[in-house]
Amino acid sequence: MALSFPDDCRYADSHEYVRADADTWRLGISAFAVDQLGDIVFVELPELGSNLSRGESFGSVESVKAVEDLIAPVSGTVVARNEAVLASPEELQNDPYGEGWLLQIKPSDPAELEGLLDATSYGAKVDGH
Amino acid sequence: MSSAPLSPFAARHIGLSEADQERMLAELGCRDLESFVSEVVPPTILLDPITASRQLPEGCCEALALAELQEIASANLGRRSLIGLGYAGTATPAVLQRHIFENPAWYTAYTPYQAEIAQGRLEALLNFQTLISELTGLPIANASLLDEGTAAAEAMALSFGACKLPEARRFLVDADVLPQTLAVLQTRAEPLGLEVVTLDPSTLLTAPEELEGAFGLLLQLPGASGRLIDPAALIASARAAGLIVTAAVDPLAQVLLAPVGALGVDIAVGSSQRFGVPMGGGGPHAAFFATTPAHKRQIPGRLVGQSLDAEGRPALRLALQTREQHIRRDKATSNICTAQVLLAVMAGFYAVHHGPEGLTAMARRILRLREALRLGLAAIGLPARSENGFDTLSIDTPRASELADRAEEAGFNLRRQPAVLGISLDELSDADELDRLLVALADPGTRVPEARALLAQLDQELTGAGAQLAPEAWLWRDRPDAAAIPLREGRWLSQEAFHRYRSETDLMRYIQQLVSRDFSLVHGMIPLGSCTMKLNAAAELQPVSWPAFAQLHPFAPAGQLRGYSRLVTDLEQWLAVITGFAGVSLQPNAGSQGEYAGLLVIRAYHGSRGEAHRNVCLIPTSAHGTNPASAVMAGLHVVPVTCDEQGNIDLVDLEAKASQHADRLAALMVTYPSTHGVFEPAIREICELVHRHGGQVYLDGANLNAQVGLCQPGRYGADVCHLNLHKTFCIPHGGGGPGVGPIAVAAHLIPFLPGHPLADCGGEQAIGPVSAAPWGSASILPISWMYIRMMGGAGLRQASAVALLAANWIAERLEPHFPVLYRGAGGRVAHECILDLRPLKRSCGLEVDDLAKRLMDYGFHAPTVSWPVAGTVMVEPTESESLPELQRFCEAMAAIRAEAAAIENGAVDPADNPLKRAPHTLAAVTGDHWDRSYSRQQAAFPSGEQQYSRKIWPAVARIDNAYGDRHLVCTCPSVEELAVTPAA
Repeated sequence: MALSFPDDCRYADSHEYVRADADTWRLGISAFAVDQLGDIVFVELPELGSNLSRGESFGSVESVKAVEDLIAPVSGTVVARNEAVLASPEELQNDPYGEGWLLQIKPSDPAELEGLLDATSYGAKVDGH
Repeated sequence: MSSAPLSPFAARHIGLSEADQERMLAELGCRDLESFVSEVVPPTILLDPITASRQLPEGCCEALALAELQEIASANLGRRSLIGLGYAGTATPAVLQRHIFENPAWYTAYTPYQAEIAQGRLEALLNFQTLISELTGLPIANASLLDEGTAAAEAMALSFGACKLPEARRFLVDADVLPQTLAVLQTRAEPLGLEVVTLDPSTLLTAPEELEGAFGLLLQLPGASGRLIDPAALIASARAAGLIVTAAVDPLAQVLLAPVGALGVDIAVGSSQRFGVPMGGGGPHAAFFATTPAHKRQIPGRLVGQSLDAEGRPALRLALQTREQHIRRDKATSNICTAQVLLAVMAGFYAVHHGPEGLTAMARRILRLREALRLGLAAIGLPARSENGFDTLSIDTPRASELADRAEEAGFNLRRQPAVLGISLDELSDADELDRLLVALADPGTRVPEARALLAQLDQELTGAGAQLAPEAWLWRDRPDAAAIPLREGRWLSQEAFHRYRSETDLMRYIQQLVSRDFSLVHGMIPLGSCTMKLNAAAELQPVSWPAFAQLHPFAPAGQLRGYSRLVTDLEQWLAVITGFAGVSLQPNAGSQGEYAGLLVIRAYHGSRGEAHRNVCLIPTSAHGTNPASAVMAGLHVVPVTCDEQGNIDLVDLEAKASQHADRLAALMVTYPSTHGVFEPAIREICELVHRHGGQVYLDGANLNAQVGLCQPGRYGADVCHLNLHKTFCIPHGGGGPGVGPIAVAAHLIPFLPGHPLADCGGEQAIGPVSAAPWGSASILPISWMYIRMMGGAGLRQASAVALLAANWIAERLEPHFPVLYRGAGGRVAHECILDLRPLKRSCGLEVDDLAKRLMDYGFHAPTVSWPVAGTVMVEPTESESLPELQRFCEAMAAIRAEAAAIENGAVDPADNPLKRAPHTLAAVTGDHWDRSYSRQQAAFPSGEQQYSRKIWPAVARIDNAYGDRHLVCTCPSVEELAVTPAA
């Protein structure tokens, strides 16, 4: 089954994506991460107003067989969290780039975006796993 | 293979006849067993048969071993112990003794990972969780922990993680805590940099500054002295200050008391021993742990939860497994890996047997007897402390020791302390016992009142105003001098299971009905890799039921425990010989506890040499998740070491990491043979390399079944090793516990072996206790004693060799169907082999779970699934299976491969096929509606007619794990809940 990696997102090696299409950015995890985790049962996210710093854990995603830390792909302040995903984690599984987004942040250093992979490079990286 | 003839027992323990062994050796192209072994075990470590058997007994028959053990047991003196301290006399209902405790269908089962064929014990565990939840008033109760001491330590760890107060590192502990619990807490706290502070909890109300810097509070209710207080104000003030509050409770006292959950505690722990499980010299018993939903993702240990199966029916399975160490590794808050399933099942059924009315009546009877004893003691001039209590009295007297001696002569063990005498009553106490006790304690010439008269006097008070009061209501609430204790009110334990089985006929049938849903060794092979599901022989199990082992209190005077002492000495000596080490501690009551104890010993050793800064623990990435979790608990910093393509430790990476951290290197943890089921030829070099950099070598002995009599960790370079007596030495798995995980150590580590505050054990510079009882799970040690005694040195070596043979034969048989992932230098596997299913995932979407569930239809329990490598299964046949059973298994695996081929070549639908829709229940295949692409016969009897006479039916269809984890339900529905649930 081919996994999709939308072109309008940038990706971290640790499989989070950033959609930087406005002043505030949306964060989530890639379809590859979702596929690897299997049935997702629990999502833990930081409170509104918390600060993310790039490379550090900001929460976790649990499936029936694994738990993965969420690593901040960029730094910023949390301005919204997806309460629907917290309540029904399966949303994340069904639509990771749409209804399954995790956080909306106000970036503190927009230049950090350049350090992330584009869809093609990320797709090539996870291909073959 | 060896000169010494095998004992008659060894020939029966080993499932393969000599003729079958020869046939299998021929198929492997080997001349004889000895030359085969030399292909498997590296020559640098292989022992010759003579050395291997030296210092071990010669094997013998069952009758002789039982007679010898009987003599040892007779050195135990079964006095009546009224010592208390968390261990009480109890009457095990005979129906439970016979149908559960002594029933191999219960005790030979494995942890219920394959839930579709484990619904029976999962239901029994759900009953246990429900019981604990009802007793404590906390909605989330786990499926048991090792003992009360370690449960309290887990509560401390959870509290530390959950408390939001910055810089809080003090754990406040009730000074009236059980002494062994305090010691276990201190052992656990020190490496984590936590401080255990004991105090009289009432000072918290007058001196609230004590709460500063504290993250948690543990109250013992009632206290070790017997004192019972109203904890509500304390709990409220501690919680208001942001602390996490734990209550260590007595489950029988909780029957009468307001549940601690209702009083606001966050966590309740305790031991369910007095619910029908004999004291057994200290264990095993099921401890419990219950908490609020806020901490459900941090609760340690196993948790049974409800979900739905593929047919939409309720089904049980282990819930929220991502909490556990095998997933979280060094991020786990606990290394807990097992439960005490068999004992939790017993305790749950004890409550099913008695029901809430029976338990309440029992608790009231004990409370009345305590009050009568208090009156009697006052009358003979030995007034007890005038405190509320449940079953225990403390008497302040300078003559405590003399009185305890006198009681002992009369057949009673009381709790001795300087100037305090403690007496704890229990379910077995009665008026006659009080009479004998009072007579023994009274000075000559003193008039001793009769217990019956005292009880009558009490009953008169209870009937005082014409209304019959319950004893707890009078003593704890209505009596003019009573300090009010909150009481339990209203209906409790209203769930159906605790009401429905009042007749023995019904109870017997309920137990057997649950048995019929489970797969255990009585049905067939359980080829779980790394778990060593070998025979648990009846003769090995028999002595566990002997009263001379079962009825002893762990803190009875040493003179009464001489039988245990001899048993322990024999076993320690034999295990030292087997491992090539100098000393052994039998205290750790699980493999994970052994790891933790062994690392603490290493840490203490470094500390004693002025090298306390050594805190780096190297762990190969292939290690079991308990290794990193245990290392973190021992205050060590985990540095992973990579493995090469053959699955061996990458020596270059090891050298690099060891030299990089040489100044701080504490230890390497290495499993041997490796978790990949291979004898790494470089093991000696590995050990030398670590020593060269100042580290110690911790050898995880999970795979010792491949080594006994063939090689010795102590001789090839390890410093400490734990052994799983529940794997290699025949203690049954009990459906997920008990286990025993002793450690064996080299001479330089003997001084640090774990001690105990209430017993003479451990080294001169002993680390604190890691378990609540000095000898851990003492009552099941006879099993391993019997095994070693009957097998003898030659038999043990033969067993290891045959275990290697069986695994290699299976590897060769199955290689054409499933690639064997790792092999050793000579192309051989060790005692287990990993079969790679990942190619099948790519070719036809087959998941390992599909194979595991389909094996149920063929009448097998699956091998270990997705461990240590995801997408593979690991097969360990052990020495106990016969050739026909090994053949039957290989045929089933080959047939499943053929079913997968049918998906690959497009002959069947990728979703609608017998693999994806396995397992098949009786209801599904006999239903009027059948819409599947394959026949009912293929669904249920894939091996054809040969299955007709031994068909095992999975109780439920494939279980939806995600549904259950998203909607956690971990207690039975109450009658009220059932009433509002619409009929399905």
